[in-house]
Amino acid sequence: MRTIVEVREVSKRYKDNMAVDRVSFTLEEGKIYGMLGRNGAGKTTIMQLLTAQAIPSDGEIRLFGEAPYENARVLGQVCFIKESQKYPDNFKVADALAVAAMFFPNWDASYAEALRQQYNLPERRQIKKLSRGMLSAVGIIIGLASRAPLTIFDEPYLGLDAVARRMFYDQLMADYIEHPRTVVLSTHLIDEVSRLLEHVLVIDRGRILINEEAESLRQQAFAVAGPMNKVETFAQGMKVIQRDPLGALLTATVLGSLGPEQRHRAEELGLEFAPVSLQELIVQLTKNQSEGKAAERV
Amino acid sequence: MSFLIDDDRPIFAQIAARIENDILEGILPEESQVPSTNQFAAYYKINPATAAKGVNLLVDQGILYKKRGIGMFVASGARAVLMETRKQQFYEQYVVTMVQEAKKLGITFPQLTEMIEKGATE
Repeated sequence: MRTIVEVREVSKRYKDNMAVDRVSFTLEEGKIYGMLGRNGAGKTTIMQLLTAQAIPSDGEIRLFGEAPYENARVLGQVCFIKESQKYPDNFKVADALAVAAMFFPNWDASYAEALRQQYNLPERRQIKKLSRGMLSAVGIIIGLASRAPLTIFDEPYLGLDAVARRMFYDQLMADYIEHPRTVVLSTHLIDEVSRLLEHVLVIDRGRILINEEAESLRQQAFAVAGPMNKVETFAQGMKVIQRDPLGALLTATVLGSLGPEQRHRAEELGLEFAPVSLQELIVQLTKNQSEGKAAERV
Repeated sequence: MSFLIDDDRPIFAQIAARIENDILEGILPEESQVPSTNQFAAYYKINPATAAKGVNLLVDQGILYKKRGIGMFVASGARAVLMETRKQQFYEQYVVTMVQEAKKLGITFPQLTEMIEKGATE
């Protein structure tokens, strides 16, 4: 598969703050990526760097094989939908769509119109008079109808209710199947999107913590519960990332996949298992590090 | 295996299991065409690459085969192969566990066979 984005040892420094710290990764053609992590982890900065809205302090970025900064040919292939996109004051919904149509070579006007009707967006309404959810819908429509070979959504759902978000996921999936392209979804609602993702990048304090296929992450942790001493016996030598005691009982979240032998041994000990969702795994891995270390040491 | 996907196991494994079940139950007869990766993706709202991984797992095992430009088909003899695998799994998953539990409860071997006979007639 063709690599369309190459990020090599890229850093971004704001005064004393290393927002992005020597990050390297690649994005391949036709995959859906999840860019996940806590607020302030550096996700948005990375997306700004990818789209030439910020310049790296260090390192190199290649987009479709070229340097992106002030490179119109490359930037026309990229659509970046920001959490709080600003539009000119007097812009109507129709104006925003018309401008997008000029900017993106693959723009599909009839698809944009169908989406506009689905989201009940009045064509003549001024953008500054739209509700928060409607404003998000404008971004979603532009992101989808642009059909840009690299489409980046940074928390595109603000103000959208669960029904409208589901609509977005369904449309994204349906259109992606018809027109495969590279999509980066940055979101906190990991459980909602986890099935849509092929690959996951977890950003933590300016660095890449996880760069892995979504399916292999799903097998990377499990929870085991039972009497404390038995759980401890079972978990000996394993990497425990979280311990939740309840009286004499303990639930331990363990990194690693559960093989048949371990399953057998745990059943003999009378222990119970539960799967760990992608969201839960990422929460455990990205929460306060000192806390995480303490759990490992026990 | 249900018609829904859960988050307990890798999704590709659930897609593969779903196809296996349909073959075992005769819903997908041998030499019939299997839904495409995109159809699975659209139906279950999962990433097409994930669906493809499940389908390819069965291709590697010789359960499905690809006709170029047409799609995926159930191989002849697939059902017999799956039956054999499932029987082995049945032994490991149910029989071994049952005997273990029986020992724990002090159930003797004759008592256990008696119970199985009773269960079979019910």
